[in-house]
Amino acid sequence: MNAPIGMAAIEKKGWWASHRFLLLRRLAQASLIGLFLLGPLAGVWVLKGNLSASLLLDTIPFSDPLVWLQTLFAGHTLEWSLGLGALVVTGMYLLVGGRVFCSWACPVNPVTDSANWLRTKLGLNRSGKLSRSLRFWMLGMTLILPLLTGMLLWELINPVSLLMRGIVYGMGVGWLLIAAIFAFDLLMIRRGWCGHLCPLGAFYTLLGRVSPLRVNASKRNECNNCMDCFAVCPEPQVIKPALKGQSTGASTVILAPECTNCGRCIDVCGESVFEFSTRFANKAETQS
Amino acid sequence: MSSKQDTKRNSLSRRQFMADSARAACGVTLAGLGLSLYGESAKVHATQALRPPGALPERDFLGACVRCGLCVRDCPWDTLKLGRMLDPVATGTPYFDARDIPCEMCEDIPCVKVCPSGALDPALEEIDDSRMGLAVLIDNETCLNMQGLRCDVCYRVCPLINEAITLEMQRNERTGAHARFVPTVHSDHCTGCGKCEHACVLEEAAIKVVPHSLAKGELGSHYRWGWEEKDRAGGSLIPEALDLPDRMPLDGGKL
Repeated sequence: MNAPIGMAAIEKKGWWASHRFLLLRRLAQASLIGLFLLGPLAGVWVLKGNLSASLLLDTIPFSDPLVWLQTLFAGHTLEWSLGLGALVVTGMYLLVGGRVFCSWACPVNPVTDSANWLRTKLGLNRSGKLSRSLRFWMLGMTLILPLLTGMLLWELINPVSLLMRGIVYGMGVGWLLIAAIFAFDLLMIRRGWCGHLCPLGAFYTLLGRVSPLRVNASKRNECNNCMDCFAVCPEPQVIKPALKGQSTGASTVILAPECTNCGRCIDVCGESVFEFSTRFANKAETQS
Repeated sequence: MSSKQDTKRNSLSRRQFMADSARAACGVTLAGLGLSLYGESAKVHATQALRPPGALPERDFLGACVRCGLCVRDCPWDTLKLGRMLDPVATGTPYFDARDIPCEMCEDIPCVKVCPSGALDPALEEIDDSRMGLAVLIDNETCLNMQGLRCDVCYRVCPLINEAITLEMQRNERTGAHARFVPTVHSDHCTGCGKCEHACVLEEAAIKVVPHSLAKGELGSHYRWGWEEKDRAGGSLIPEALDLPDRMPLDGGKL
């Protein structure tokens, strides 16, 4: 029926411009893993630790704010180093949108992205249904379990921390869990893990409610309804209000906090409808 | 659009919302239950898995450790490992196997210093105060010293020689002419570093470091050791035994 997704963009903008953010994202993900591995492999300690907590150049602490919250809920007293690291990370993602973590830093993202890529290649269109709000229930669970048991139970199986820790420290049968997520996304539910279940993604979604960096459908009048952006977007429901909101005068900015700022919609749009901007850059024509 | 239709759509979506929520709640509760059971089984009971110095009691440790592995990185001896899935410790938490690489008891305790979460208690300032486990001469039947030989390796390698492990001389009943030097661990000094277990010359160590919960008995709180009470009080707590009159006849045996 149609040309392959993104073909129009490649023809109009060239290959680089229509893969820019995808490649930059892969570069960011690989660099993060590389920086963690540089120490154990080459003895150069830029980043030490893993995504749960780390030290940059042996001085600046980073830590996963959700893990930190779990320790507090488990009744562990506040430890300044961990708390400070969590504040640093939270501050960072408050600015650029929490789910920038999901698309630019999380090691599970390439796994689920490739599952989705293969799903498209194989024409596996059937997808099970799962509520996208399930992840908030999961988030609740990760915090209530420590409250009830005093242990960080989610961290026993959390694939996000497990994968980075596994890459840096050795993984063992943990690979099975990652393979399971790949299979789940490939065979059962499109974008099943990141889009429906991951509590860390849900947590970062909350930060996205106020973050200034947003994708803006600033030239939405030039949209030719090719649907390529919907096809590549991991959270396609966030696009519609901004892209198709002319009649209601809705903002051109994608304000939904589920948006991961991956920039893939900017890449694949042949008409260059989207751009990165701030949440205040609403270009909706005011109807007078 | 009529308000009647509106109401209908509203109630439908409300019903949908309730159903979705109920389903999500059930699913998540089940998942949480499974995780709790898994969590209970993840607590360390295994003797091969000792926690680093300063580790909080196991349950608190599992509520504090964020599994970042910074302790592993800063250990200069590569003693510590992070648990992988199906290992005998909770996934991602640090442990060591004393028979493999024991704790070298660094004076500056780098693992505790780098721990961001306090799972390794920063209050531990003297490595000699750490209690990673307790060494136990677990097999008397293969310990060479117990057979009357002079192995003494565990005693010699102990960083707290003559404090944590002493050699107690006993009569060797087998020869009738020699002594046995029985390695004896003292829990008030043993840090559980595992050097004795590491160094034991047997194929399988006769002395092993095990968690305190396995190694130590506990007195009922009302128990007192009489001899200690006596020392503390500077004398017997009860009056000396009555000196009853001797019944030896005074007149030299004539009744």
